Amino acid sequence: MLSRVADALFWLSRYTERAENNARMLDVNLQLMLDAQLINSKNQQHWESIIFTLEDNELFKKHYPEITKDSVVEFITFDRRNPNSVYSCLALARENARTVREQMSIEMWEQINRMFLLFRSGEARQMFQGSTYEFFKWILEGSQLFQGVTDATMSHGEGWEFIQLGKYLERADRTSRILDLKYHVLLPTGEQIGGNVDTIQWMAVLKSCSALEPYRKHYRGLVAPWKVVEFLVKNPTFPRSVLFCVHSVDESLHKITGVDRGDFNYKVEAERLSGKLLADLSYITIAEIFEFGLHEYLDRMQLRLIETSNAIYTAFCEWLDTEEPKPSQLQEQIG
Amino acid sequence: MGNFFEGYMTESFFDEMFESVGNVRPHYRKLFDRYGGMSIKDFEKKRAAADNAFLSQGVTFTVYSDQEGTERIFPFDLIPRIIPRKEWEHVENGLGQRITALNLFLRDIYHEQKIVKDGVIPEEIIRSALHFRPEFMGFDVPKDIYIHICGTDLIRNNDGNYLVLEDNARCPSGVSYLLENRQAMKRVFPNLFSRYLVRPVDTYCLELLDVLRCIAPNANSDPNVVLLTPGIYNSAYFEHSFLARTMGIEIVVGADLVVQDGIVFMKTTQGLKRVDVIYRRIDDDFLDPLVFRKDSVLGVPGIVDAYRRGNVSLANTIGTGVADDKVTYCFVPKMIKYYMDQEPILYNVDTYLSYFDADRAFILENLDKLVVKSANESGGYGMLMGPYATREQRDAFRKAIEANPRNYVAQPVIQLSRSPSFCDDHFEGRHIDLRPYILFGEKITIIPGGLTRVALRKGSLVVNSSQGGGSKDTWVLNE
Repeated sequence: MLSRVADALFWLSRYTERAENNARMLDVNLQLMLDAQLINSKNQQHWESIIFTLEDNELFKKHYPEITKDSVVEFITFDRRNPNSVYSCLALARENARTVREQMSIEMWEQINRMFLLFRSGEARQMFQGSTYEFFKWILEGSQLFQGVTDATMSHGEGWEFIQLGKYLERADRTSRILDLKYHVLLPTGEQIGGNVDTIQWMAVLKSCSALEPYRKHYRGLVAPWKVVEFLVKNPTFPRSVLFCVHSVDESLHKITGVDRGDFNYKVEAERLSGKLLADLSYITIAEIFEFGLHEYLDRMQLRLIETSNAIYTAFCEWLDTEEPKPSQLQEQIG
Repeated sequence: MGNFFEGYMTESFFDEMFESVGNVRPHYRKLFDRYGGMSIKDFEKKRAAADNAFLSQGVTFTVYSDQEGTERIFPFDLIPRIIPRKEWEHVENGLGQRITALNLFLRDIYHEQKIVKDGVIPEEIIRSALHFRPEFMGFDVPKDIYIHICGTDLIRNNDGNYLVLEDNARCPSGVSYLLENRQAMKRVFPNLFSRYLVRPVDTYCLELLDVLRCIAPNANSDPNVVLLTPGIYNSAYFEHSFLARTMGIEIVVGADLVVQDGIVFMKTTQGLKRVDVIYRRIDDDFLDPLVFRKDSVLGVPGIVDAYRRGNVSLANTIGTGVADDKVTYCFVPKMIKYYMDQEPILYNVDTYLSYFDADRAFILENLDKLVVKSANESGGYGMLMGPYATREQRDAFRKAIEANPRNYVAQPVIQLSRSPSFCDDHFEGRHIDLRPYILFGEKITIIPGGLTRVALRKGSLVVNSSQGGGSKDTWVLNE
């Protein structure tokens, strides 16, 4: 398949996943604010940590005088100046989709297009003002519908594998960031581990990854930090755990290159990196992670995911140059 | 019956649907009954359904100026244009004759230029044509076909005669709208189709692919065919994508291709793959920065060299623009006579060439009565509608004509035929034209009907999408 097409499918999928994850994180935290009056005093710190986790600190400060619930929600949901806002992600997803329409099913395109048009027409904001709950639910469902339609209507060939790569790399990155958010909220203040607020927050972490119920089925009893970390990093069957995502990335990469699992093509560095990451994740213990330092471990994980993403580009799309044509050169006999 | 069409005026125009006020033409009778029985509310619902379908499927064209709202839907009018079988046969024969003559002309012009030597067309007219490519003199193209895809614009005058307004022999666009219009009509008025025998248009893309495959270099029977687009910001990108998808071929931008040792390759995830035929939707000028415009970033460096060596075929070929120049247009009837020894089946609109002294004097004297066009503009640009123009506009054209007589032609204002179109809450007559698409490969194939464009602004004669035009479905009947 064309390298440019592979690249567009990859990013189309990544941006859709990112929009969904942003919406879920905001939704969970807005609800958390309703639950826990206890953390009202740390309200600002809480929202700050979200911005920090997304690594959009500087951009945010450039455009907003102070960190409040409203400004953070606006920045992450609607602000086009933020390239990672839900709106921007949907616009970028659609822009990528537009370049590869002929590779997707009509249903996929319609779904992406519909979500974007709702933002552009202002209807999304009206919905948001009517009910934030309904609004975020609509985004989550929209993104899930897209992934479902993709599974059900697109051939599971090479293009589909690139969509999987984008989705799982983004998701692995996001799960590790959400876990890291916890670190920013709690540890610097020296809060008692195991307190009531703490439990609610760990539950929020699980909810941010749609993991609360699967977690409860897996570990009965109370929510404990090391168990949450274990579940979100190492659970082999939960589809948002880092291990699951890296496993999927590795699988798709091998399907694309045709090399057997467990082996790697010496020319495809991405395959070696994903295989190595998968092995590390499989054999590390939770005790070792905490010993290494949770934040340090997650930080390193994010770097390795970025490294893998870059290596994927190098392996399949390196020869693309990205010069934008000038509008004056775009004429045709439109008649 | 108290219906929609009550009060519909044909005025002094040829109306496609009504012979005179209240007097429906026979082939529109069933449609008249169906639409006449509807309430405005029903009709509005149908219209909203059609518009929604276009927007959510992204059937759009791009408007350059603004940033994000760059895509608009091409306004669609729900009253189809209906062409009876006999009438269409006449048009079809005329178009077939015309494309044959144009291809013979191009073959001649890029070789012996007999038509010039025999004094039928002045040498200077060819030499000074903007899109003439003397660097391709003596170059042979596969099967001697230059124009594989042609869009010829037809109008009907006050007597209902079909006349040729212009040929688009470079990269004619619009065919996807025709195909989507049909889909929309079928969805919105399914029952009407069962009452009429409408000739299908769906096979266009297969026919097009056949044409593209048959011009592959070295008679390769399994060529890799691609569509080359300027990219997603092009106003016709939707169409490029639509055609590629329907033909099942790759759509590529310049950056997807690379030329090595005179062979064109595309960059894939598994390495470089050879390309044999390119359906290019990029004008000659931007095709190859090494040969034509140096600043082009849309094209592929070296592609013209590959083409010259016969390693890749282009559709349409390079240099076809000399045939759709508005000055060359005037000579098409003579070409038909010269190359085929036939009388033209479809006539041109009477045209004056300011290149000829007598014509020029006439044009300058009658600027307030004529439509003046520059030879190489399209999309309704570079045009003077004499009767509606201001004195300043006319003076500007007068100066331009005197400065560059070769570059202008003039025609009397033709009152294009009208068709009922939905305006606010009732039907009014609006002017229309017709662009059929002609394919030239092993044989000539003409899509039944074509794209009917409608000037939705009251009184306007300009049907271009960039100037407030819309479109209609076009039905050619099998009866």
